[in-house]
Amino acid sequence: MRIPVETFVLDNGLFVTLSEDHTAPIVAVNLWYHVGSANEKTGRTGFAHLFEHMLFQGSAHVGSNEHFELIQRAGGTLNGSTWLERTNYFETVPSNELALALWLEADRMGELLPAMTQEKLDTQRDVVKNERRWAVDNQPYGTMLEKLQELVFPPSHPFHHSLIGSMEDLSASSLDDIAQFFSTYYSPDNAVLSIAGDFDPREARRLVDEYFGPISRGAGRPPLPTMTLPPVFGRRLREVVYDNVSLPRLFVAFRSPVFGADAYYDASVAGAVLGMRKGSRLQRSLVRDRQIAADAGAFTFDLAKGTDLLVVDVTARPEIPVPQLEEEVEQEIDLFYRDGVTTTEVSRAIALIETDLVTSLQSAGEKADRLSMFATFFRRPELINEQVDRYHAVSADTVNALIAKRFGEDNRASLLYVPRDEVESEAALAVAAGAV
Amino acid sequence: MVATLRPVAGPPRRYRFPEFHQEVLPSGLRLVTAPVTKLPIATVLVIVDAGSVNDPQGKEGVAALTAGALLEGGEGMDGAAIAERFEQLGTSVESGADWDSAFIKITTLADRLDAATTLLGETISTPVFPEREVERLRAERLAEILQLETEPRGLADEKFSEFLYSPDSRYSRPEEGSSKSVGGLTRTDVEDFYAARYRAGATTVVVAGDVSTDRARDLVAHAFEGWHPGSAPGSSLVTTPRSLSRSLHIVNKIDAPQSEVRVGHVGLARKNPDFFPVLVMNAVLGGLFGSRINLNLREAHGYTYGASSYFDWRRGKGPFVVSTAVQSEVTAPALREILHEVDRIRGERITDSELSLARDYLEGVFPIRYETTAAIASALATLVVYDLPDDYYESYRRNVHAVSAEDVLRAAQQHLHPDQLQTVVVGDARVIRQTVGDLLLGNPLVHSA
Repeated sequence: MRIPVETFVLDNGLFVTLSEDHTAPIVAVNLWYHVGSANEKTGRTGFAHLFEHMLFQGSAHVGSNEHFELIQRAGGTLNGSTWLERTNYFETVPSNELALALWLEADRMGELLPAMTQEKLDTQRDVVKNERRWAVDNQPYGTMLEKLQELVFPPSHPFHHSLIGSMEDLSASSLDDIAQFFSTYYSPDNAVLSIAGDFDPREARRLVDEYFGPISRGAGRPPLPTMTLPPVFGRRLREVVYDNVSLPRLFVAFRSPVFGADAYYDASVAGAVLGMRKGSRLQRSLVRDRQIAADAGAFTFDLAKGTDLLVVDVTARPEIPVPQLEEEVEQEIDLFYRDGVTTTEVSRAIALIETDLVTSLQSAGEKADRLSMFATFFRRPELINEQVDRYHAVSADTVNALIAKRFGEDNRASLLYVPRDEVESEAALAVAAGAV
Repeated sequence: MVATLRPVAGPPRRYRFPEFHQEVLPSGLRLVTAPVTKLPIATVLVIVDAGSVNDPQGKEGVAALTAGALLEGGEGMDGAAIAERFEQLGTSVESGADWDSAFIKITTLADRLDAATTLLGETISTPVFPEREVERLRAERLAEILQLETEPRGLADEKFSEFLYSPDSRYSRPEEGSSKSVGGLTRTDVEDFYAARYRAGATTVVVAGDVSTDRARDLVAHAFEGWHPGSAPGSSLVTTPRSLSRSLHIVNKIDAPQSEVRVGHVGLARKNPDFFPVLVMNAVLGGLFGSRINLNLREAHGYTYGASSYFDWRRGKGPFVVSTAVQSEVTAPALREILHEVDRIRGERITDSELSLARDYLEGVFPIRYETTAAIASALATLVVYDLPDDYYESYRRNVHAVSAEDVLRAAQQHLHPDQLQTVVVGDARVIRQTVGDLLLGNPLVHSA
């Protein structure tokens, strides 16, 4: 099974990927800007994400929130998201509305700044602060991502600081920051555009030329500081967070090979053997057999720069004491490190991953997003067709070689959430209720 | 300089919901097939009339526990072996119960469909419900319930249901049971529930994907040949509201940075003839990003990351709810805006522009909803569960298009009841009690989480 992939580059540097599929009259447009929280300056954490919000606040020929309205009116879905190394914007629309989606993306890439106002910035800052309260502060384990980044990346590393940012930094951001960030990173030569689904390639190319062609090239993105890190932490890292949670939960992170590297696939399979679905090691051992965990899994961050992270995630059963949780998870990892994986475990993992890969290609939006990802990181969107083979090249031997390098005690960082004893006293309740 | 003129859409290309075929096999089991050949993949979705509304009084959660335990042991295979065999085929089998049905689902590459379906048949035809695994699933559910105490979103949803429906309504209790009911469940309860409801006449198997109807029929007939004949007994459901006047509940969370807010009342059953006018009305009120409630609370005021409203469609009258999370300090003004929007949509006709936004969105997005075999299978299951007409999907866009601004106004006046609004706020009572109490939503009753 191969999906068609065609690429071209505009004179202004915009890298374009097309993938035709006429089974349904829908088309996905997907833009990756090669900028994420890693590109933020000190004191401006959360800016890349705040900026993503501002991209829906209108541009030279589009009113505030009109982007959303026009796409929904066309019968389309849309959104954007920010990650450590990229920001993406995407819409899936009925295929006769391709021009609209491209035009909207081009208008904000070309002429965002005329539409920016202090009022819009103020409102979106409030929205983002509420997003932070909702997703991070008022959510059990919601601080996991930022605590983990802080623990595993050195302070000088671009992946060290919070993606959604601090309240202080969000408050300090200004319209000048917006203008500077836009002109630095939101240029065609720092972006990838993917179109997947029901379109005529000649017409699509004509539209891309017409709308994106006139946008000028940027001044070049400033280089990131050195991202490279040694393959292991070099020592045991551990942090305990006492938080408003009901059950102890332990995350153990390992530095692992960057996304796309040969050894990445070994790590990905190692993660799946450990924690993908019910038949995985951790599920079988900790959830089913020993019943010390309410849930267990493992995943990779899929970072393409510096180092990736593989993370084991185990939530304790209510009656299990915190030290036991830590010990039992540690033992599982020790066992994994000592004995490695079997051929049967590897075949299970690869079979599951293969089905997931094919499943994901059913959606035009996901297909376009993956094309953008491979194009952004490797300039090779056709890698989308090589993934199944890459996974099939993984064997128990290659996974075990990876485990030997990456699962030792010198490469484990534990982030442990412990319930803060916060039983509400009857007295406090009475005070809150007033004289009822 | 980017082209300043907005592009005009070309003519739309025709779309049809995938053709499907329905039949009843000799055993009484219903089969629905939808051959879709885009990619070499297929979904098998089994639905059984064994949803949570069928939980006996005091045994809430047994439907969910039964559906889960179904995969924990068959003849000659324990739960671990079952998981391993499915996963070696690259598929994971999932099962569970929602309000109206129990489900078992696999998505697999087409060349493994035969093996996976055969295995599915072996697994669920002779479940043995091992004591140890039933106990484990029960303990895992209890852990989940405990987690809810510190999870404001889930807690708000659950408390809202509790305060919305009269205590004798199944809907007033959590779909998967409470700590009290789950704590009392036994393996025998699971066996009894299974014996009563998992019957061929109560089961539908939907197969969507890269497989012919003939092949699917052979596979399903074989896989389910051991399935017991007969149908499941009917059950009655109470959906009366707990209160017909406004009431306001604050679930106290000291130092909560946000208030999780739910406002609503008992809504409508899925088969209500006003489904389409209500669908369009809700899209304008709170169903879309560009809806009144979201634009008001998020974009005009910056009170929240998002606010929405929805009718939770079930066989019985599910809730109508406005749902948001707002910064604690602005809880009262945010609630005031929600009340204002509910009143406003009942007070005057929506504008032509609002009507066209909602209709065009619902019509246009229709094909985007059915890109995957899992989504197609689930849409076909919906037809069966809610007993909708065979041409429901074929006529969906026509029915949306026929809704007028007058229909929307009438639907709002008839089906939104501002005088019956029940409000639940999970938040810091010290911060919000006074101001929220001034809103005429009812005397605030403060509860501990």
